[in-house]
Amino acid sequence: MLKTALLIVRKDFAIEVKTREILYTTLLFALSCVLVFAFALVKEGQAPTDAAAAILWIAIMFAGTLALGRTFERERYGETLRALMLAPAPRTAIYVGKLLGIAVLLVFAELVLVPLVGFLFSAAFLSHPLRLALLLGAGTVGFAAVGTLFAAMLMRVRTRDVLLPILLYPITVPVIIAGVRGTAALLASPVEEATATMWSAILISFDVVFVTLALWTFEPLMTE
Amino acid sequence: MKTLFLPLSVVTAALFAWAPLLIANAPFESTMGLIQKIFYFHVPAWMAMYSGLVVCGVASALYLFRGRPEADRVAVSAAELTVVFGLVGLVTGPLWARKAWGIWWEWEPRLTMALLLELIFVGYLMVRKYGGPGSEKLAAAVGIFGTAVSPFVYVSVNIWRTIHPKTSVVPELPRTAPEMVPPFAVSSLAFILLFVLMLMARIELARRQATLDELYLAHEDSGS
Repeated sequence: MLKTALLIVRKDFAIEVKTREILYTTLLFALSCVLVFAFALVKEGQAPTDAAAAILWIAIMFAGTLALGRTFERERYGETLRALMLAPAPRTAIYVGKLLGIAVLLVFAELVLVPLVGFLFSAAFLSHPLRLALLLGAGTVGFAAVGTLFAAMLMRVRTRDVLLPILLYPITVPVIIAGVRGTAALLASPVEEATATMWSAILISFDVVFVTLALWTFEPLMTE
Repeated sequence: MKTLFLPLSVVTAALFAWAPLLIANAPFESTMGLIQKIFYFHVPAWMAMYSGLVVCGVASALYLFRGRPEADRVAVSAAELTVVFGLVGLVTGPLWARKAWGIWWEWEPRLTMALLLELIFVGYLMVRKYGGPGSEKLAAAVGIFGTAVSPFVYVSVNIWRTIHPKTSVVPELPRTAPEMVPPFAVSSLAFILLFVLMLMARIELARRQATLDELYLAHEDSGS
């Protein structure tokens, strides 16, 4: 199963490497988000406390929504998801492949966003790189797990562009709360390590529950 | 089901007639006074809302995995009632807050959680309304995910708002204010019964709609 999933990731990346369309547009969109929030929040050259953590996570979530939509739009446009569904591969492998692809794309975006937000808001994100990576990784997987399933199932729906965020944001509120509070705990002085660990644990349990649920529901949802 | 409907309606009507008398005779709460009496209306509405949420989640799972059309009818009926009773809670909550704390909206954990769940179930109804053909399945996924996310919302919102002392009023009621138990119990029972009645009526409506649709289809097929 994992082999099939990796094949799907490879297929998606082969297309992506050619055009780099989704990566570039997602990144630029995330940058615009950061700027909009910066101009909305910064007063007399000072950002409010925890603004850096909040802006980072908002940018990831907004850009993630866009990337989810674009990834499946590509499959829809080329009428290729039907072919993928007809392929003699387990449906769950297709889901895992798509999930991995989105997660890797978001990790690339985060590699640019974290230093940038840190630089603009003088936030010491890199003082605890491993803890931050754990929070970001767990948060990204949780968001992408729900997002991949919803984006895939909404593909047949005409109003998918607007329904995806409507459904995705309320359900992933635990991710944004845990992500922002955990990151803010890492930025606090002195660093609140216990708080960050607790939020990481909540994110990981969210991942376990929702990846399982998505694997379980993907097959009946994608069967017409 | 149908034979139960009438006696249940009579009992519910009697409870709703009896509850105001009990509420009027219940003692005034020491600090909040008269305004606390909204409690007998507000908390039972939440109970009905959460009943709707659980029924919707279970029925959605049954529909998605077993493909039973009657489970789908139960799920949509329960989702609508979740939104209706949630709205009752979301209107009475700020009214209470305005009098008790002096502000309309407070990011109080339980109120915040209810707002999020309300949003998820409004999303459920949106999918059904604007999702086009096959939206029942997509809505079932939203129902399952919405129910599964509620414990995460509960935990994260609670920790997010730990600055405020939270007390578990309802379980401690028999000890702290035994005189308030009878009116509260009667109101809760009345609301739960109202929920059951409305659910039964709504399921029956959905069943008749399905029969009507079948008849229309049969009529068109016969070519007359």
